[in-house]
Order: sequence, then C-alpha cells, then structure tokens
Amino acid sequence: MSEVREIRLTVNGKSYQGRCEPRKLLVDFVREDLGLTGTHIGCEHGICGACTILFNGEAARSCLMFAVQAEGAELLTVEGLAKGDEWHPLQQAFHEHHALQCGYCTPGMLIAALDFLATNPSPTEDEIREGISSVLCRCTGYVNIVKAVAAAAEVMRGARQPNLAND
Amino acid sequence: MRVSPTSPMTEHGMPYIGRSLLRREDRRLLTGRGQFIADLELPRMLHAAFIRSPLAHAHIRSVDLSQAAAAPGVAMTLSGVELARLLPPLPDTQLSLPSKWTSRVEHEFHNPQQPGLAHDKVRHVGEAVAVVVADSRYAAEDAAELVRLDLDPLPAVVSGEAALAANAPLIHDHLKTNLFGAFSMGKGNVTAAMAGAPHKFQRRFYHHRYAAMPMECRGVAAIHDSRTDSITIWSATQVVHWVRREVATILGMPEARVRCLALDVGGGFGLKGHVYPEDLVIPFLARRLGRPVSWIEDRHEHLQCSAHSRDQLHEVEVGFDDDGKILALRDNFILDCGAWNPIGGGVPYNTAAHLTGPYKIDHLAVSARTAATNKVPNTAYRGAGRPEAVFAMERITDLVAGSLGLEPAEVRRRNMIRAEEMPYRPGILYRDGEEIVYDSGDYPGALQKALDAIGGVGVFRRRQHEARQDGRHLGLGIGFYVEGTGVGPFEGATVRIDGSGKIYVSSGASSQGQGMETIFAQIVADAWQVAPDDVIISFADTAGIASGSGTFASRSTVNVSAALHHANERLRQKAFAIAANLLECAAADLELRDGGIGIVGVPGAGVSLARVAHAARPGWDHARPQGIDAGLEETYYWEPPTVTWSYAAHAAIVEVDREVGSVKIDKYAIAHDCGLVVNPLLVEGQIAGGTAQGLGGVLLENIAYDADGQLLAGSLADYLVPTAGDMPEMVMVHQHTPSPLNPLGVKGVGEGGAVAPPAAIANAIADALAPFGAEFNATPIKPEQIVTAVHSAPPAT
Amino acid sequence: MKPAKFEYHAPTSVGEALAILERYDGEARLLAGGQSLVPMMNFRLAQPRAIVDLNRIPELAFIEEEGEVVRIGPMTRQRRLEFEPRIAAKLPLLREALRWVGHLPTRSRGTIGGSIAHADPSAEIPMVLQTVEGEIVARGPQGERRIPARDLFHAALTTSLAPLEIITEVRFPAMPPQSAHAIEEFARRKGDFAIAAVAVMLTHDGERCAKARLATAGVGPASIRLSDAEAVLEQHGLGEAAIAEAADKAAAQVDPVSDLNGSVEYRRHLTGVLTRRAILKAMAPAT
Repeated sequence: MSEVREIRLTVNGKSYQGRCEPRKLLVDFVREDLGLTGTHIGCEHGICGACTILFNGEAARSCLMFAVQAEGAELLTVEGLAKGDEWHPLQQAFHEHHALQCGYCTPGMLIAALDFLATNPSPTEDEIREGISSVLCRCTGYVNIVKAVAAAAEVMRGARQPNLAND
Repeated sequence: MRVSPTSPMTEHGMPYIGRSLLRREDRRLLTGRGQFIADLELPRMLHAAFIRSPLAHAHIRSVDLSQAAAAPGVAMTLSGVELARLLPPLPDTQLSLPSKWTSRVEHEFHNPQQPGLAHDKVRHVGEAVAVVVADSRYAAEDAAELVRLDLDPLPAVVSGEAALAANAPLIHDHLKTNLFGAFSMGKGNVTAAMAGAPHKFQRRFYHHRYAAMPMECRGVAAIHDSRTDSITIWSATQVVHWVRREVATILGMPEARVRCLALDVGGGFGLKGHVYPEDLVIPFLARRLGRPVSWIEDRHEHLQCSAHSRDQLHEVEVGFDDDGKILALRDNFILDCGAWNPIGGGVPYNTAAHLTGPYKIDHLAVSARTAATNKVPNTAYRGAGRPEAVFAMERITDLVAGSLGLEPAEVRRRNMIRAEEMPYRPGILYRDGEEIVYDSGDYPGALQKALDAIGGVGVFRRRQHEARQDGRHLGLGIGFYVEGTGVGPFEGATVRIDGSGKIYVSSGASSQGQGMETIFAQIVADAWQVAPDDVIISFADTAGIASGSGTFASRSTVNVSAALHHANERLRQKAFAIAANLLECAAADLELRDGGIGIVGVPGAGVSLARVAHAARPGWDHARPQGIDAGLEETYYWEPPTVTWSYAAHAAIVEVDREVGSVKIDKYAIAHDCGLVVNPLLVEGQIAGGTAQGLGGVLLENIAYDADGQLLAGSLADYLVPTAGDMPEMVMVHQHTPSPLNPLGVKGVGEGGAVAPPAAIANAIADALAPFGAEFNATPIKPEQIVTAVHSAPPAT
Repeated sequence: MKPAKFEYHAPTSVGEALAILERYDGEARLLAGGQSLVPMMNFRLAQPRAIVDLNRIPELAFIEEEGEVVRIGPMTRQRRLEFEPRIAAKLPLLREALRWVGHLPTRSRGTIGGSIAHADPSAEIPMVLQTVEGEIVARGPQGERRIPARDLFHAALTTSLAPLEIITEVRFPAMPPQSAHAIEEFARRKGDFAIAAVAVMLTHDGERCAKARLATAGVGPASIRLSDAEAVLEQHGLGEAAIAEAADKAAAQVDPVSDLNGSVEYRRHLTGVLTRRAILKAMAPAT
C-alpha cells in the first residue's frame, strides 16, 4: 500500500505518465518525474504560493497534494501558459510592468493571477491586491504586479491591443 | 528586446543609460525556464539532509548514526566529530575590516571559527550536528529521523543583555566571554556638551530580530572531477569568489581547481552574502563520495539555521537646545549576534557610522558591543545596521520635536546639512577606514518632496484635527536616511570582443533579481554604440574573472560600472589601434559607429567589431600594428576611493484603529536620490521591494525565541511576510545629484528602501496617538501594543 | 520537509472508507482538502500509518435543499460554496465567512467537512455552524448519528467525532430571509487565521430583537456561542446601552489563550469590540 503507484495525467495539454510512492508531493512529481521545473518550492507548508498550479482548472498549492491524487487530472503549469512563442497576456504584462525581479515566485504568481481573473475579470485595484495575496513575493513589494495584473485583465477582456511602448 | 540602436538619445546623450529598458532575464523567468539551484540535475546525484539540534544550548554527548547509515538509499553519514578530524572550520571573519579602520578605531574582536558540523556543543536550535546523504531527499529525511542524539542541556542565553551579564553561561567556552566584539567611536566632547545642553533626555530603542526571508531558500550542489581533481560548486550565493576561496582553503586545493557558480538565485538581500558551513560540507561530501551531492534547504531549516538580522538594543541620550538643535548624542548599543559571527564588525559599525545621518551633530559618542547568544547567527540583511540607526535617530528627532512643541519636519530642517554645505565631513570614519564625506545631495529638498508627495504637512494637520473630532486617529511620520554605497574593496570587470563581434562581459557581481543582465548591457551598449542584444553578460562564475567581491552593500552598479568604464576605455584604445591599422589611418581619425569603428566624416569607411576581433588574434596573418599584443580583452579592477552617499526621505500617513490596534497605511511616499539612474524602472523596483521589507519588518515580521531558546517562528504561519493586501501604494519622486566618485555618477540603491520604513511608521503611529502620549520605541509594533498604549494613558484632552 | 511513508487508500464509497478506517483501528487519517493535514505531514508532526483519501467518493460532495435545511456534503469544496447562488441566497453568513477563509487556491481544495473536523480554534466555518445552529451527520461502526454544533466543538483541534467516524453531511438551517447578519474578524493579514472573530445573526424589527445568535473564532480553544450576549439582546433589544452590555458579556464569556499574536486580555478586549461592531454592521441597511 505504500509501494510505488502508476500515475497518468495531462499537463499543459500533453499526456504524461509516471510512477512514485504515494507520499511523493505533487510539486516534486511535476518537477522531478515530469521534468517541469518551472513550478517552485518555497515553503512546503502551503503558505508562500510558489508551487501554485491549476488543478482541473482551479489554482491549488501543489505542495499540499500527493502526486497520486493527480491520477486522471488536468494540470496547467507556467510552462503551459505561452502558446509557442506567443506569450499569455499575463506574461506580457509582467514583462512590460517589471512585475518580477528574481523570478522565484513568478510562476506561482502567474497561475494564481490567472485563476483570480477567471473568477473576477474586471477587478478593482483592491480586489487585485486581495486576489494575489495567496502568493508571497519578497522582491517587488507587489507594486508592479498589481499594475501588471490590471493591464493583463484589460487585454484579456479584449478592451484593447497590447501596448508595446518601451520607454 | 524591442529597442533598436537608432533610438533617440536620452538626456545623458546616450541611447540606453537612463532608459527603462525591459529586462532580458524575463524571457526565461516568465516561461518557467529559469534555472535555480533546486532545478540542477547531475548524473547519479545524491541528496543531503542535515540533522539539526532541537536544543538551544547543550553538550553533545554522542551522535549515533548506526541506524541511519543502514537505512534504505543511504550512501553516507557523517557526524561533527568525524568531520572535525577531516576539515578545519570556517575562517573567523569573512568580512574583514581594513587596516585603515583597525588602526584608528578602538575595538576588540573575539570571533570563534564555526566548524562544518557542531561537534562539542550545540549553540542554537537548528545547528547541524550530522549529515546524511541518500538517493533522494525523502530517503535522507527518513534516515535523519533514525539518528540518536544524546545532548546534555545547558542553560540558554536569549538576549544580548543577558549574555553580557556577569556569570552568564558561556556560548564559546574558550573565548571566556560572550563578547564577540566591541568598538567605540565618536567626535567632539559629548560629556561636556551634554552637561551644557539646555534639554536632554534618555531613551531605549529596540529594533527586533527579523530576517531576509527570500522566497528561495539556500542550496548547494557540488561535483568532484577525479580526472582533474577539481571541484565545481553551484551555490545560491551572492559571493561566488568567497565560496571558492573558502572551499579551496579548507579542502587544501588550489583555487584554480575550484570553480563556483551561482545560477538564477531567488532573492538574497544579504542573507546569501557570506559563506556557510554547508558551502564547505557539500563539496567535501562530493569529493569523498565521488558522486555529485546536492542540498536544498527547506523553509523550516531556513528559519532555524540560515541567518537572522537586526536585533539591536540602543540606550541613547540626546542633548538639544530650545530651537531643537541637537547638540550631543550618546549611544551605547548591544547587538544580539546569535551563536556565530561570520560577518564580524561590519554591521554594527554601519549602525554607528550612519547614526547621525543627514544631521549636523558635533558631539557624538557611540559604543557598541556584539554579544553571543543561543540563536541563529546575525548577519547582514538589506540595510545591514542602518535601519537600526535610523530608527533610533528618527525617533529621537520626533521626540525632540514633541518635547518643544515643534513640527518634526521643522526640527529635521533645523538640523539637516544643507545642499550648499556639500561636500560635508561629519568627522567620523566609514568602515572602509576612510573619513566620511557626504559627497553630494540635497537633504532638505528630498524631505520637502516627500512631504509634498503626501499632500503637505499643513493640509495633513487640518485633516488630522478634523479626524480627531470624529474619534479617528491619523498620523504623519518621517524616516530620513543617508546611505554609504559602493563600498570597496574592489570589483572587477572583464570585457572581451568576441569573434562574432558581440561584447562579452564578466564580473564578480551576481544577480538575485536586480536585473544585471539588462543594466550592464545598457552601459556596455552605450560605451560601444551597439545594441544591448549585442552584449553578453556572464556573471556569477569564478571562471569568468580571477577575483571578485560579490553583490551586497548596494555596491554592484557603482563598482561594476566604474570597472567597465576603465576596461572599456582601454579596450577601445586597443581596438582603435587595430582598426586604424586595418583602415590605414590614424586612431585619432576614428569613431565608434554602427556597431563598429569608422573614419570620422567618411561614411562607409569602417570595420565591424568582429573584423577587429579577428584581426587581433595571435598567429599568422594577424592585422595588429607593431607594439599591440594579441587579444581583444581587458580586465580592470576598480578600487573605489570610498563610498558614495545615497539618501531618501520616506513619509507615511497612517490611520490607527485604536480599538483593535490595526494600522492602515493611507499614503506612503519616497523621495529618493541615487545619482545617475541607469534604468528608472528597475530602480523603482528596488525601492519598492526594499520598502515592502521595511514595512513588513516594523509591522508584521518577527523572529521570536522563548526563554529556553526555542524558536517560536518555525514556519511562515508564524513569520508573517507581507502580502499584496498588506502593502500600500507607493509614490516615488526622484532627485538626481550625480556622484563625483565614479565615472557614471551612480550611487547604490539596492538596500535603501528597507532602511527608513520602521522609523517612518513608528513616528506616524506615535503622531496618530499623540493625545495618549504614547511612544513607540521598539519594533515590531503589534496591534496589542497599540491598544495597551491607548488604554494605559489618560487622554490629553 | 518531506512526509514520512504511509499506506495509501482511495476508496470510492463511504462504506469502503469506513471499513478501511476500522481495519487500521485509529492509525489511519482521512484526507479531505489536505490544506491542514498535509502541512503537518510535511513537517512530520503527523505521521499516520495510512491515509484514506476521500477525494474519490463522489457521493460526499453535494449541495441540496431539503425544506428549510441546506444539506452539504463534507467533501464540497469551499470554493464551490463561495460561488454557489443557493448558498448566497440561503446561507449568506457562510458565504461571507468563506471570504475570510484562507485564499482562493486553498479554497479550491479545502472542504467544508475538513474544516469542521479539523476544528482549528480560529477557523471561520465552525463559527458559522455555531451561529446558525447547524449540525453534522456522522457515520461509523456504531451506525449514523447527528451532532449539533454546540455539542461538536469543545477543545482545540478536537471534535466529538469518534476516531472511526466520517462526516457524511453538514446541515445548515436556511437563514430566514429577513435575518440580519455580519462577521467581524481581526487577523494580522487578510486570509490568516482569526486572532478574534465574531459572527452575528439577528432577527429583529428596529431595536426589538426576536432572536440573536452570536458565535466566536480565535478566542478560545473552540468556537462558542456567546449565549450571555444573546440573552441581553433578546431581552433588552438593540439600543446602544444593550449592545454595550452585550459586548461586555461577550468579552467575559470567552476563554482565550495567549500566543505570539495576542494575550488573553487583548483577545478578550477584541471580543468585546468585534461583538459591538458586528451587531452594528448587521443592523446597518444593506448597501
């Protein structure tokens, strides 16, 4: 019963297969067995949010799940946000607004923001602040992350084309 | 990148310096293609887990590894006693003070050397006593649980004052004292000045223990190559050359056979700015086992064994006159250093040197003692001793104002050094041993800008008065600091024109998110009139440059830009000589243009940098003129004459809910001067991040220990890092007084944001609760303290 | 911090889950949302011999209305409840409480039954169950039984559930459409566990109060009903003096503990303040 289990799941639209002990955390399975190291570990007790992924379409902390729980599930990680060379509006906005510095919380922040905007496509600034409070960032002070999420929300609502001004 | 070489010039006459270029490093970091230490996979790699002490202070009677060694997947176990026979300990002080300082400042230092694993005693909860290496971290932790520790408890010492009391239990018995170090400094005659001062008072200020808490913990991986008997170390460090030096020394290997790299590092803030025992143990294990070994610190370990900071207790006496002019200042302080002191005297001396800040205070006496206690070692964290100084000084300024019924801003103005008095010599030394010279700046101007940005003092006082009628408590607080940046001893840069024509740059600096791949590309692109994409930035690798200091103390932009300036200049001269040879003209007729070198006034007569690089090669058919050696590379080590001085004014308006004790930050403004700004977007990012850490420090973050030395902040559930919902909007305004001390005129900006917020917020809360006569002279300021302060004082009305 | 080994079971029915629990005779733990259990396992503070994963039992997740009772399956995700119109309509107090429970990603996985069974002294969902006088249905080797909220929470992290019992249903009386309600919570950061929280549900007409129900979180080993405060409001109405007296009674009735975030006295003080504020907020016209 504690021996290795087979796990079949879909990640970023692709089928994957792996085997691991039941105790192996989903975040470790994604990083080590699936080779998707974009998702990071910051605390292993469900507070920092660096490990946030989409689990069956909803943001979840992958350090608080066991890999075996993902049997048959659909995951989205940061590696699945862009479509080839075309960045997701959130990635584009984070870049344009300097919403990352060391980049360690960024994958979790992007996924958390993505899910938040799915529940609230037209948020106020205060709602954005609350909405991204699930991920800790130590570098940016959140100032630019809030701006980036607001800008991405606007693009995602189809209100305007991305503005690539660089000065 | 969307910027072309033909973009319009900035006010500096350069295409890239001064512009908010978007970052090149974003591409990999936004798509999950960064490579942090935990992402590194090496063939047949093993994983280490450390066994850490559950007690704060104890003799180690025995460490039984037998069951652990037999556990599944275990390759090796090692105790402190075994390791002590094989490896010497870490050196006693990694951040040395120069002889210019040691010969002129009265001091004593007693620093023990920390072994890789504790073997005689454990001296803080979390100190490592043994290590297990296994085929996975899971297996290593299983084995670690089987280790039997026999510890003989000793009484724990949990405060600096207790450590220095007579008959205190000794942390390091052979030192016969818990005093790691002491120094005194000052100027004038404080005793006489204090005696003659019309007013004086004394206060205690306590700046509590908190920590850098980067989102990425530490990590070290190493591989030993038996063919060449060399070691490669990857460490999440800010100081690759230090790591290489210490590992080479301790393993008895030439530095040429030890290479250290940092990959993407998830935040450092000073915590990753020195060499740790794990930086030595992991390479040692890799060499011993003949297999790569990796150790990735988890958050629980991080809280109990990386580094903490601040934790200073100040006893201050101030003498002043009827106008609020501060005449004399005496400060005796104790720094609670924890069980080891890797950084030595740097942090407390920063406190002393920055204490008087922007103010003219003619009589100063500071004495500092660094005490050993049974806690995690205390090292540098963003600000590195300055927040503690600013907290004391800025609270004093407000208290002086309060005692005379003056506006705090006015008392500051009356004491501040004015722009026309620059350069100003406070009459004390910096930690580099040089006399401090505030080289440039406009302190009153910055103060005014910050106050204007929050709407002005007069407008605020009216709002405050009206709010009080409604039973609401608004407060205004100021925090002003000056900061010595760009400290030595040196930093180097190597510039080489690659055969492709691109410009390769390496340095001893390394990035933990500061955007160095972008800003140094901007600087070099302007120097060579190329595009940033034509510049290859390759930092954080000892193989890239022979000597390096590292990134800490707000020093990299200052020092690396200066090193680049000189390296570029020499390289340009050489390139022009070769180009002149190719174009059969004089070097004086040439200019840099179009990504190459051409004859002035003759469009089309030019050569590409690639061609010049090719021509510079050694061997047959080279195209170098007589007297020009082969190669197109320069290395320059910049040794700054001394530090250059940044400064900022922080102003906060808060609303205090006195029934529950919560503090809401209504407005927060920062008026900042870091001289020439290479990339405004990135500079503002540094200020915002630092400010958030300062605000977290004063209101939320707390490393608490109990009387037995047990760490009460054992997880992020207890150590409260601010979230987006806790942070205010930040208004930033800038001043630019270029530094006269380096070619570009830059000043450091990395740390500043974290220095002022505790003072600004404490002052704001005290201002809000002025009717209750409450003072806030200790951090953190918890809601309960506010409620207690309000209830225990009769209202002034 | 990696968890210790355990035997893993993912039953697909309640009967199967109960049989496994019985087989392990107290050495197995139930895995619901994992937001409280897995951190403890990662710290190795909890090292169960076996895990019984309830996430593959579809019959445990449901939202149904049965007359005036809202029946919710224990494995229903907090997130689902947060966005469910029937909850907004019939249990607005629960919906308001959910906004304070952790963050969206924790609510994606966290369950209503898990929160109740875990019984953290600072948790909001037990406080709501107390306020509206809900109950749980539990099934075990002895059969099925109902446990009302006031008999469920007595000590920190402990309920009166027996070791081999599973919550199969959480039952909330629908809140009367004319009831007024509010929650006042004080936490160091939004989403943190409450240092103190008071939930209020009033049936009133102006200052006359027919029914008052108040409960706490964070100010004692478990969520309690502020029965003394309730009596004051029901007997003396909702005028300023009565509310002040109710607040005093509330502060006196709680039994808080000291920790890093606050002392006994401070929590007691907060209870009084938040009681008063919650009553006033409940009475304020909806905006």
